[in-house]
Amino acid sequence: MEPFKTLTSLAMPLDRTNVDTDQIIPKQFLKRIERTGYGDFLFFDWRQTQEGKPVADFVINDPRYKGAQILVAGKNFGCGSSREHAAWALSDYGFRVVIAPTFADIFFSNAGKNGIVLARLTEGEVETLLQNAQKIPGYKLTVSLEEQTVKDDRGFSAKFDIDPFRKFCLLEGLDDIGLTLRHAAELDRFEQQHEAATWLRAK
Amino acid sequence: MSNTPKTLFEKVWEQHVVAEPKGEPTLLYIDLQLVHEVTSPQAFEGLRLAGRKVRRPDRTIATIDHNVPTTIEGRLNIVDQISAKQISTLRQNCKDFGVELYDIDSREQGIVHVIGPELGITKPGMTIVCGDSHTSTHGAFGALAFGIGTSEVEHVLATQTLPQSKPKTFRIAVEGKLPQGVTAKDIILAIIGKIGTDGATGYVIEYAGSAIRSLSMEGRMTVCNMSIEAGARGGMIAPDETTFAYLEGRRFSPKGEAWERAVEEWKKLPTDPGAKYDRELVIDAATLAPYVSWGTSPGMVAPVTASVPDPAAAPNELDRKSFERALEYMDLKAGTPLAEVAIDRVFIGSCTNGRIEDLRAAAKIAAGHKVSSRVHAMVVPGSQQVKAQAIEEGLDKVFKEAGFDWREPGCSMCLGMNPDILSPGERCASTSNRNFEGRQGRGGRTHLVSPEMAAAAAIAGHFVDIRNWEVREEVTA
Ligand code: SF4
Repeated sequence: MEPFKTLTSLAMPLDRTNVDTDQIIPKQFLKRIERTGYGDFLFFDWRQTQEGKPVADFVINDPRYKGAQILVAGKNFGCGSSREHAAWALSDYGFRVVIAPTFADIFFSNAGKNGIVLARLTEGEVETLLQNAQKIPGYKLTVSLEEQTVKDDRGFSAKFDIDPFRKFCLLEGLDDIGLTLRHAAELDRFEQQHEAATWLRAK
Repeated sequence: MSNTPKTLFEKVWEQHVVAEPKGEPTLLYIDLQLVHEVTSPQAFEGLRLAGRKVRRPDRTIATIDHNVPTTIEGRLNIVDQISAKQISTLRQNCKDFGVELYDIDSREQGIVHVIGPELGITKPGMTIVCGDSHTSTHGAFGALAFGIGTSEVEHVLATQTLPQSKPKTFRIAVEGKLPQGVTAKDIILAIIGKIGTDGATGYVIEYAGSAIRSLSMEGRMTVCNMSIEAGARGGMIAPDETTFAYLEGRRFSPKGEAWERAVEEWKKLPTDPGAKYDRELVIDAATLAPYVSWGTSPGMVAPVTASVPDPAAAPNELDRKSFERALEYMDLKAGTPLAEVAIDRVFIGSCTNGRIEDLRAAAKIAAGHKVSSRVHAMVVPGSQQVKAQAIEEGLDKVFKEAGFDWREPGCSMCLGMNPDILSPGERCASTSNRNFEGRQGRGGRTHLVSPEMAAAAAIAGHFVDIRNWEVREEVTA
């Protein structure tokens, strides 16, 4: 996983609430057995018509936002299915940060596992960012994970909360299994004693 | 152990703490992982690349459900090569890593969340995960069960643990007697409508109250299943005599003395009197009605007697836009009575409502009636066992005589990863759990309802208030 420190990038405004993972990456792309190559299918049903033509007024197709690595969206982003493909698609497309008032739980942890920083700002702050990104050409934001801030160069500045451990993992780009294996001895001990609970065996 | 009163969730959580490293999430032991073809290939590949094994194959069970066609011919020859590849990849992975697989042709095959309970693999007090958000279903047994992503699937395969920060607790009590025609599905649709699709984000819900207690295990599973649609990490119901009666004698349930011992332990799980929750909500069962979803998010629901609501009523600008977009997608006008909305398709099935009791309920409505000539209605049992039981009870005949299409088990049109999908513009009354845009097929319009409401809609060709339905024939086993 690639470490994250700070990022300055164009901000892409997605002024929709409850953006679910079925929209982020529709089911027909879940049949692949690889982890990469999902970026072209991000928001597939919103970015192309049934006939395969680009939907001109969908933000991803707007040349003004080409190369944006920060996505700003409405509340409850990433709700629905647990598919990690949603995080793979966002990261494969190039997004490193999503800013929204709230995120769904499973998506939250999937994003973290893929080095995507999720910044929770208030509804008012998100509304401001959405409007700025829509109205101001070349609108850029700077996200600092160390400082836990989102800023622009016109005076906007907001702080976001992040669990210290998650922050540490994102800053360092750490692999979770490796971290868990530091507790191998405790795990062996726990497991041995847990076997006595026969009523919790699967089979 | 201290004597502070504890909730059901806290008891299960504490029994599974492996380590609590300072400043890090708790390392939680996982009793059971369920695996399916869609969210596992990259996880097994990760193990291979790192030279790791599956730590506890005996605590890992796999089946094929999401992709499988639901016709016999379709299953024998899977035309979609990418689906076929995903299925054969799971077969190979299970073989390589020693994981038991209930394959397409086995008597145990079915939707992961249907087979876990029916085989007695799911048990009270367990921690259960699966790369599927509806894992919350198993919480109906008093297990802590939640959906995870593929990196976490790999993590559990490798270590049988998961780092987790402790969720908060939310008690939702549904008190009183459910009115006639109001089902478990309506309870959960009402809850989501009330608290919103992010209303329980960060919480594990415990469902309680007399209306919940009076539900069968199937009904309890329907309620817990859709916890995720309210944003919850999981949903739980304390085990009781109904739970034990369901589990006794199942294939992997403990037997003899071990059974007695297990029940004794499971009886310690319910929340202690005086235990504190972070949040509580009480709902009066008498106020509930049969619901129909009208929008593209499971919180967008209304009683069948109501009309499509007006976006002007939305609390803020962003919500109003989403609301308008939903109506546009659903091709509905504010003010249209829901009972006048005509449908093209019906889907009875899924891990929400594809169990034997759901099929019985739908068959009771269908018996002696005929599916409307403009509707294609499908019944997809949740598992091979559900299918066998339904055939034994003659439900398949009832459905076929009424003009329903009787299919083979799988997820089917719940998410349409197999050939069962809606065509653009088609409108479907569905017993599944998600009405997102395109969920059942691009451009398809989904209305979430109970199995009874779905069966009645199939016959009438539009939504009807099930409370006024004429039951023509008794279906007897
Ligand atoms: S039936 Fe639907 S919700 Fe349930 S496991 Fe299958 S796809 Fe997921």
